[in-house]
Amino acid sequence: MNQATRIFAQALLYAAFAAVVGYFATAPVYRHLPADQALIKLSFSHSGKLLAECRQRSAEELAKMPPNMRAPMDCRRERSPVAVEIDLDGQPLFRHIAPPSGLSKDGASTVYQRFTLPAGTHQLAVRFSDDVNKKDFGYQRAETVTLAPGKVLVIDFDAEKGGITLI
Amino acid sequence: MVDAAAAHTSVARLMSSISADTACGQHQLASESLGSKICRKLDHQFDTVFGAAANPWRHLGALGFLFLWIVVVSGIYVYIMFDTSVAGAYESIESLSREQPLFGGLLRSLHRYASDAFLIVTLLHLAREFLLGRYRGFRAFSWLTGVPLLWLTYAAGIGGFWLVWDQLGQFSANATAELLDAIPLFATPLTRNFLTASAVSDRMFSLFVFVHIGVPLLLLFGLWFHIQRISQADVFPARALSAGSLAALLVLSLVLPVTGQGTADMAQLPAALTFDWWYLAVHPLMYATSATTVWVLVFAITALLLALPVLPTMSRKPAQVAEPVAEVAIVSPDNCSGCRRCLDDCPYAAISMIPHPNKKIGRELAVVNADFCAACGICAGSCPSSSPFRHNETLVTGIDMPQLPVDSIRRWLDEVLADETKHGEKIIVIGCDHAVDVSAIATTEIIPLSLICTGMLPPAFVEYAIRRGAAGVLLTGCRSGGCAFRQGNQWTEDRIAGRREPHLRSNVDPSRVNIVWADRGDEAKLQIAISQFKYSLLEVSHEPSH
Ligand code: HEM
Ligand code: SF4
Ligand code: SF4
Repeated sequence: MNQATRIFAQALLYAAFAAVVGYFATAPVYRHLPADQALIKLSFSHSGKLLAECRQRSAEELAKMPPNMRAPMDCRRERSPVAVEIDLDGQPLFRHIAPPSGLSKDGASTVYQRFTLPAGTHQLAVRFSDDVNKKDFGYQRAETVTLAPGKVLVIDFDAEKGGITLI
Repeated sequence: MVDAAAAHTSVARLMSSISADTACGQHQLASESLGSKICRKLDHQFDTVFGAAANPWRHLGALGFLFLWIVVVSGIYVYIMFDTSVAGAYESIESLSREQPLFGGLLRSLHRYASDAFLIVTLLHLAREFLLGRYRGFRAFSWLTGVPLLWLTYAAGIGGFWLVWDQLGQFSANATAELLDAIPLFATPLTRNFLTASAVSDRMFSLFVFVHIGVPLLLLFGLWFHIQRISQADVFPARALSAGSLAALLVLSLVLPVTGQGTADMAQLPAALTFDWWYLAVHPLMYATSATTVWVLVFAITALLLALPVLPTMSRKPAQVAEPVAEVAIVSPDNCSGCRRCLDDCPYAAISMIPHPNKKIGRELAVVNADFCAACGICAGSCPSSSPFRHNETLVTGIDMPQLPVDSIRRWLDEVLADETKHGEKIIVIGCDHAVDVSAIATTEIIPLSLICTGMLPPAFVEYAIRRGAAGVLLTGCRSGGCAFRQGNQWTEDRIAGRREPHLRSNVDPSRVNIVWADRGDEAKLQIAISQFKYSLLEVSHEPSH
């Protein structure tokens, strides 16, 4: 190979390298969801109610305990699991019971779930319970939502904002 | 110490390699795997275009360093101009592309493409070392320290996309959070940080910056570690290769400048993303399968790579051919003067110096770390005690290979050059077990010897052969940049040319010495070179002597 051919071949190979780097750095275009879809994200991190109320220990009980353990209140830290149900257009979409986290089951229950659905108007019903000792769901919300293509609707729980939030 | 009996066995082995029955001489050659064959073919194609010094396949690790430095330098400028806040990040980067397209914008594009190129050459470097079977034994250290670098490379790269905080960054950050949440590491799921616009905090953003600067620093440290067992590692590509690679990335940055894809909006999914598949392919993979699948895949690949050095070999060698024992270099304290030449020449940093236990204060002694020793013999070639002109019956040098002591090479030369009636006729060809098979060219005049590495030949042996009656000495071995032991051919060339100690003495007629680097597949090239050498030697011998 003479010098000119070598330089030409080198230029060609450098160009090919740049082309491969550049091509896969930009293409093919990635479309996460089809253009006519929307996304619902259900996400919460919420501590359920304590399973048992704190209780005053009686004098006899306290007497039986070792002196350094004699706390007047008996508080169990275990929390209730959190149940959540979602119906979409009258059909069940999601049923889940999220256990409390932590070894002593005293932490928050967390859920993260994604649902894709066609954009448009939908009937959404969300039920939420953070207390297994109650029969009914403590929180309910039913709503007609109109989701534009690509819209992300977030279902969260925030007791201070009145419970179930749709953002 | 090398005992005389062992030396005799070695001579017997060497003698067998020149017998007409080459089949028994063949067994010394390192067998060539399919992977090595593929690499060799590619190397040779690219050698013709780039030359060995600037051949990208031969210098993938060095190219990695080059791209990393480009990333660091361009990254520093982009960072100076960067606004570390959720609200300001996108605009601060976009204005670079808009307002200084030929400087800040160019650096921004260069930063991205050099990162992509870094990942690509790293993966190719891994593939090449794998194909060459370079993950076992003394190379296990380099291999095992390479594996975590892959994790760091991806972590640094993926984190970079978040900083732009455009729709691609948003998508990647959220997808990464979903991936990380699949292994319950955090009490509160990470995904909650990306639910709504108000959830994304400046504090989170400072964490991004921390990751994107901290991880590359770890990577640099890891790289330093990675080349600890390599002396004078090839970390700077040849000028032509550096210039060509930088030019390629610059042109790419000008033709296809990187731009942001609209500021992040948590309430909206990005429609269609211009996607960097080099780093981000893991996200579509996760959505096409599941986070668990991705983790299983990632951990399985990592485990496999880490296990490779200890997995049983798959080579299909005939059972009757025993694997040659790779015995490491051994120092003879009585013959070591502490000159440090072996320390300088060892390609794998396997030698260190200690105070000499039985010589006077201040003298040093070379010691070999057996775990790091590649058993290449290059140190034997560098030791001044390896002089064949010493008058001892058994030549014991300072540092030697038990499986092929320098004494056996001297004995071999004595034997093949014993016939005084043939003086001035024979050409000694010294090759190596990893390159072109020199035993195939044996004739009554061409007397080949294959060493572990050509670099193990002390240059004084060239002079010795000529003084003992050889017409000339031709040295061959792996092509430039392709030495199986990294530096054997380079040191040989430098020693013969007098650029490196120990050097070939200047009283040796240079026309009687020839160097022709030839890999397997270069048999014809070697044959031609030998014929030419033969003719040129004839001319020399007809010239009146001075
Ligand atoms: C992160 C990017 C990496 C860079 C920039 C890099 C760079 C280098 C350099 C400069 C050398 C020395 C080459 C020489 O002087 O002969 C080297 C050797 C080596 N690398 Fe890497 N490396 C990287 C990643 C890896 C990975 C991921 C692996 C495999 C898991 C790996 C495996 C090896 C091996 C086995 C050697 C020893 C080669 C020999 O003994 O001849 N490297 N690397
Ligand atoms: S045989 Fe090679 S790797 Fe081992 S000490 Fe000698 S030069 Fe170093
Ligand atoms: S080259 Fe020889 S003499 Fe010099 S330090 Fe090494 S073993 Fe000792």
